[in-house]
Amino acid sequence: MIRAWLISLLLLVPSPALLVQDDNSSVILGEAAGGVEESQEEDVDIAEIIFEHIGDDYEWHIFSWGEKHVSLHLPVIVHSSTGWHVFSSKRLEHGESYEGLKIDPEKGKIVEVDSGKRPFDISITKNVLSLMMSSLLLLVVILLTARWYRKHDVMNESPTGIAALMEPLVMMVHDMARENIGEEDYRRYSPFLCMAFLFILLNNFLGIMPFFPGGANLTGNIAITLVLSLCTFFTVNLTGTKHYYKDIFNPDVPVFLKPIMPIIEVFSALMKPVSLTIRLFANMLAGHIMILCMVCLIFIMAKYGAVLTGSMTVVSVLFGVFLDALECLVAFIQAYVFTMLSSIYIGLARAHGE
Amino acid sequence: MNLITPDTGLLFWMVVIFGLVFFLLWKFGFPIITEMVDKRNAAIRKSLKDAHEIEVQMAGMMAEHAQMLEDARKEQAQILREAADTRNKLIADAKVQAQEEAAKILAEARTEIAAEKEAALRDVRREVAVLSVSIAEKILRKELSDGDEQRDYIDRMVEETVREQAHS
Repeated sequence: MIRAWLISLLLLVPSPALLVQDDNSSVILGEAAGGVEESQEEDVDIAEIIFEHIGDDYEWHIFSWGEKHVSLHLPVIVHSSTGWHVFSSKRLEHGESYEGLKIDPEKGKIVEVDSGKRPFDISITKNVLSLMMSSLLLLVVILLTARWYRKHDVMNESPTGIAALMEPLVMMVHDMARENIGEEDYRRYSPFLCMAFLFILLNNFLGIMPFFPGGANLTGNIAITLVLSLCTFFTVNLTGTKHYYKDIFNPDVPVFLKPIMPIIEVFSALMKPVSLTIRLFANMLAGHIMILCMVCLIFIMAKYGAVLTGSMTVVSVLFGVFLDALECLVAFIQAYVFTMLSSIYIGLARAHGE
Repeated sequence: MNLITPDTGLLFWMVVIFGLVFFLLWKFGFPIITEMVDKRNAAIRKSLKDAHEIEVQMAGMMAEHAQMLEDARKEQAQILREAADTRNKLIADAKVQAQEEAAKILAEARTEIAAEKEAALRDVRREVAVLSVSIAEKILRKELSDGDEQRDYIDRMVEETVREQAHS
């Protein structure tokens, strides 16, 4: 799946990418084709735009109106060699330094001015704020749902409002857990699977949303997916049965395979969270990059005259709509796949000998 | 590459926030929802099963009901038939009895009549005898003056009487 995404990405992106990287040739091309543009209009730096959208940042750029930029300056919290520093990221704008710290223009991260080292950085960045908001939303939504069930007699009433919205999702994961983990102890694992599914689903959709509360590329960030899959990893390996560990360290295989099998099995157990991490991260990232490329294509084409721009705009918008619809599908599928694989891994670790 | 190195700050916050939210929802969120829905599902399954059982029972009762109706109808027909038979038999018996009775009465009447007739005849005979004796006396008193004639007459009379005696 990841490979398919990357291939389609490569097929779609090449022309604008080449144009952007080779500034001189694009300018020459631009003059030759349009001739109208003087060098007032800057070249569209597609890589910068894309990385600004998919990456993390110390401020949350909401929109620009002409020269006026409206953005949220988020608090910086770092522990450098000179101790704790807490201040607004407004003081670090445009490469300024404050309290011996500045934003490294290449990495886009805060470094110490003197040594260039990365301090311990737990700033509330764009992704962290988005994480806080979406987690709060999830918390409120689920607690309200639980409250509905507490206040109503489920035997005589069908769910209404928020309960009717959340019940199918929660029960889908709950039933998936029962199928994959087994009747005995799926109840212990169902909350984690529900949490993972709803967290990923919510953040996937918020990521597709192009304007403020959404727009942060949270599930396309490897730190987030890493934590999620580590949760699965620890759940699987800390609650495994004897039978599961016996299959890893002393499986029923011919004697000459005995020394090799544990290595393979341990490696396989370690690779499971890695594959979970990268699958979700790469899928969401690739989707975002594709949509951004489609949008940027319009602005790249802007200097090649009306005909090209117009036709390209139509194509871009059509493709953009298609990709957005596809992303909505992928947002659900990836949340589902992550949860399903997690439940299957847990189910395997709960295996009992025949 | 910036993209594939996990950022410590985000890792830290993710662990803290995800852990916190998960803990809260584990304690107060998901189990309540799933438990309630499971309970409801179990109740629905049970009611469906009950409903099915009741349906089967109802079908059984309906069949039983129809059977009972059929039986009652049969019984009714039989009772009616039996009643008709009994009535017919009663009538026939009564007729027979009446005829027998009538015959008996007739027979009795006939014997009685015969007896009466006999008695009447006997009376008449006695009267006739008395009368004839008295008539004979009177005739005798007048006729027995002449000797021969008397002897002839007496012979004839005796003869007649003997013949009569032999007759009766």
